[in-house]
This record gives sequence, C-alpha cells and structure tokens, in this order.
Amino acid sequence: MYRIRERIYKGLFTLLAFASLIFLVGITLTLFIEGLPVFKEVGLFDFVFGKSWYPTYEPPDFGILPLILGSLWVTAGAVLFCVPVGVGSALFINELAGKRLKAVLKPIIEVLAGIPSIVYGFFGMVVIAPFIQRLLNLPVGLTAFTGSLMLGIMATPTVCSISEDALSFVPRSFREASLAVGANRWQTLTRVVFPASASGISTSIILGMSRAVGETMTVLMVTGGAAVIPHTLFQPVRPMTSTIAAEMGEAVMGSTHYHSLFAIGLILFVITLIFNVIAELISRRFRKKLGLGR
Amino acid sequence: MKKQLGQNMGFGLLFLCIGTAIFFLGSIIYFIAIRGFQIVSWDFITQVPREAMTAGGVAPAIVGTLYLTVGAVLFSLPLGVACAIYLTEYSPKSFVINIIRMSINNLAGVPSVVFGLFGLAIFVKLFGFGVSILAGCLTLGILVLPQIISASQEALLAVPQSYREASLALGATHWQTIRSTVFPAALPGILTGVILSIGRVAGETAPILFTAATFYNRGFPDSLFSEVMALPYHIYALMTEGTHPQEQTQIAYGCALILLALVLAISAVAIAIRQKHRKAYEQ
Repeated sequence: MYRIRERIYKGLFTLLAFASLIFLVGITLTLFIEGLPVFKEVGLFDFVFGKSWYPTYEPPDFGILPLILGSLWVTAGAVLFCVPVGVGSALFINELAGKRLKAVLKPIIEVLAGIPSIVYGFFGMVVIAPFIQRLLNLPVGLTAFTGSLMLGIMATPTVCSISEDALSFVPRSFREASLAVGANRWQTLTRVVFPASASGISTSIILGMSRAVGETMTVLMVTGGAAVIPHTLFQPVRPMTSTIAAEMGEAVMGSTHYHSLFAIGLILFVITLIFNVIAELISRRFRKKLGLGR
Repeated sequence: MKKQLGQNMGFGLLFLCIGTAIFFLGSIIYFIAIRGFQIVSWDFITQVPREAMTAGGVAPAIVGTLYLTVGAVLFSLPLGVACAIYLTEYSPKSFVINIIRMSINNLAGVPSVVFGLFGLAIFVKLFGFGVSILAGCLTLGILVLPQIISASQEALLAVPQSYREASLALGATHWQTIRSTVFPAALPGILTGVILSIGRVAGETAPILFTAATFYNRGFPDSLFSEVMALPYHIYALMTEGTHPQEQTQIAYGCALILLALVLAISAVAIAIRQKHRKAYEQ
C-alpha cells in the first residue's frame, strides 16, 4: 500500500520535473517551425546578411543585418557602461564597505535589479533622450547611445550582484596570505582577490550581456527605431528585439513578414543560448577551481 | 609612499563606481516619484480612463496586472515546487538531473520577447485562446518558472539533513518525510521566492504584448478569454499611441510610479523575509 503510493508520487514529480525541458523544446520547435519558411523564401545568407529591412515595401526586403548590428552596437555600449561600474561597485561592497554598509547595500542593489524594463524605457524617453539631444545638439535624442546608457544602467545591478557573490567565494586565506607578505589592501584586491574570482566575474558579465541583447521594452522605447546600418552611436537604430515587438502587431499571420519575425526570434534565442552555455561552462570551472563542488 | 597613493586612487575609483550606479538608479526613482506624485490620487487608482485616455484613472490596468500576475504564479508555482522537490529530494541518476538543470538555466536566459512569440504561436493561435488573460498568464508563468524552481530548490537545500534523517528514523516513508517535515520547513523560503517572482511578472511587458494586453478596455475584464489592460503595457501605449502626448505622458508618470512602488515594495518585503530567515538557520 505505502509502496504503491511512494511510487506514484515519485513518478508524478519525475513527470513534472521535465516541464522546463518540455517548454524549452517547445520554444525551440515553435521558432524553427514558424521561422524556417523565411530561410526557404529569402535564403539564409540573404536574410542574415541582407543590408536592407523593408518588410512592408513592394517588393519587400528581408535583410536583418541592420537589426543585428543595431543589437550589437547597443549591447556593446551597454557593456562598456555596466561592466566597469558594476564590477567596481561589487569590489567596493566586498572590500571597502563595512559590515553594516554592506548589509544595507547588497539588498538595495538586489531590489534595484528588479526595476521593470518598461520603467527604464519610459525614463529614457522622457528624461534622458531630451537631455542627450540638447547636450550633444543632435536632431533626435532617441539613439543607439541612449539605448546603451539605459541598458547599461539596467544591467549594472545584475552584474554587481553576481560579481559580489563571486568575490565573496574567494577564501579568506588568500587575502590573509597576501597581506602577510606585505601587500597592501589595493594590491591584494587587484592581484589576488580579483584574479581568483575572475572567472566568476566574467560569468556575471556574460549574463549581463545576455540580458542586454534580449532586452526589449527599453530599446523599443529609446533607440528610435530606424532600420538602417548604424555608423555612429549617435543615430537611431532598430535592434532585433524591438523589431519583433514593434512589427508583430501589424504582420499578417502566415506572411513572409510574420515568419521573418519568428526567424529573428530564433537568431536571438540562439545568441542568448550561446551566451548562457559559455557562462555555465565558466562558472563550473570557477567552482571547481575554488573547490566548491557544484 | 607610491604604494599608498595607488591604493588611495584605486579606492577612489571604486567609490566613483558605486556612486555612479547609485546616482543613476536613484535619479530614476527620484524623477518618477516626484512627477508621479503630482498625478497619483485615490481617484487615479480607482477610476476608469476617461476622455480618450487624457483624464480619469487607471484602475482597469491595475486590476489587469493583478489578474495576470496571480494567474501566472498559480500556474507555475505547483510545477516549480514539484520540479524543485524532484531535484533535491529524489536525486536519481545525475544524467537526468543534468539535463533538467541545463534546461532550467537556458530557459531562464531566453529573452522575454521570445516568450511572447511562443505564447502567440502556441496559446493564442494553436490552442485558440486568442489574445486573452489565459494566454498571458500561461506565457508569464513559463517565464517565471525557472526563478520559482531555483528559489524553491535553495529553500529545500537549506533544510538541515538531520530533519530528514529524524523523520525517516521514526518510520516515516520518503513521501511522508517530504510532505510533513521537509516541505513545511522550506515553506518560508519558497514563499520568498514566489513573492520575488511576483515582482518580476508584474513588470514584464514584452511577453504580454501580443498575448494578452490591450490599450483600452471599457471596464474590467469579465472572463479568462477577454483582453486585458496592464500597467506596464499601458505605459508603453500611452507613450507611443493616442493623440494627446502631453496629457498621456502625465498619466504614464502616474502608472510608472504605481508600478515601481508595487514592484519595489514586493521585492523589498521578500528580501527582508529572506534575510531574517537565513539568519534563523545560521544560528
């Protein structure tokens, strides 16, 4: 009697545990099925490397190079902001903040990581964009730079929080050994603690990048939405995510346009998947190196 | 001397970093709070929109966000907790565990707009739910599933091994141990994770863009299959649609303040509970 019940429960939990796998496979299949027709109609090469995106013109152009470059520029800009600021903040919290300050700062950073992306988008649109337009004397304030800045601010708490975790995993003995041989705190930090946690910190950077590439609402609202190949950071761009979000509403179901938006989703999915796998591999090595097990 | 100077400059740099971070994040909250408080009032929270979105309140959007959030959590909570129980309590062959763990990690990294595409293709079109609360809840539920799983897992792992041993030693079966000993002990931790994920769901916009949200509803949604207004989508729509940008921006400030206050309050509560709970185990 007991044994049967035990088996039933175990079977039930085993089944439910596979839900994430099922959803992941479901997402992959959906993107493939809905996206593949484009590769047949337009061709994989012309789709990915085509230089113009005019899906509603006659005849339409389905080249997503401008969109990929838009995502790339905005993400690169965001990384230039959030990596130094995020990692620097983590070092500050870990090394300089006293016990009480640390106990306040860590949860605050964590709470800030939860600010919804729409709020960043809104703030960027009403405050930052007009400011940048006036400051740099640009025709419009909604540019790749504005998007980079907002995404960078947005990713900073994530990068900081994960980096701080990595720093706090460095054993005390590393620090003590370095101080004992006469290094000061700054030398200990930059030559012992930081290198020891470098792979953990790089995980945080990759996850931050992954978040920036996949972020939708912020870039949709602040990058201006022009689907042209960007030449400077100070012109409007249209990243992949915002293209999907902005055009899905008007795309006729089953049209090449509709399928091409799914194909963009597929490419995004693959990019973030690669980022996540790299992050996973690095963090596994990091944990092994410091002898933390799994 | 030089060593000391280097240290001072380095520490100054780090101070600058945290200063920059706090300055930007603080100014976002400051601006939205200052402008938002000028418009938020009791009427703003409890009234329906009037005069083509230029007056009245945003009650339907608040209620809509509530429906979507509760629905999503109701969907993913049982799934997530069951998955966490399987991963921590029934550890079988590590191959299976690795595959599940890998898919959770990767699901967590999928961009939110891709969840929207999935919801559109599967729930809206294939299952025929249409643009509806139901489709939105399911899409959002899948989005937060990884977060609920890892929070539950962390809570279950924090339960001391001796609890399990004591229960088994008294003759309880594996399932009885999980149900009556491990699960109750982990419950506060699991709830914290759930509260945190509520904050995340409430702010998500991209997944509901083509699965649930609409700019304008006359009143409140009356079934699982009706379209729904939601706070985050409402901010987006106010800024990009409509014909009265000035008045709409004011209302968007109000919505942003309500959303921000909601999300920050929820996660602050969750983090405070967790902090307290972690201490309880450490002692």
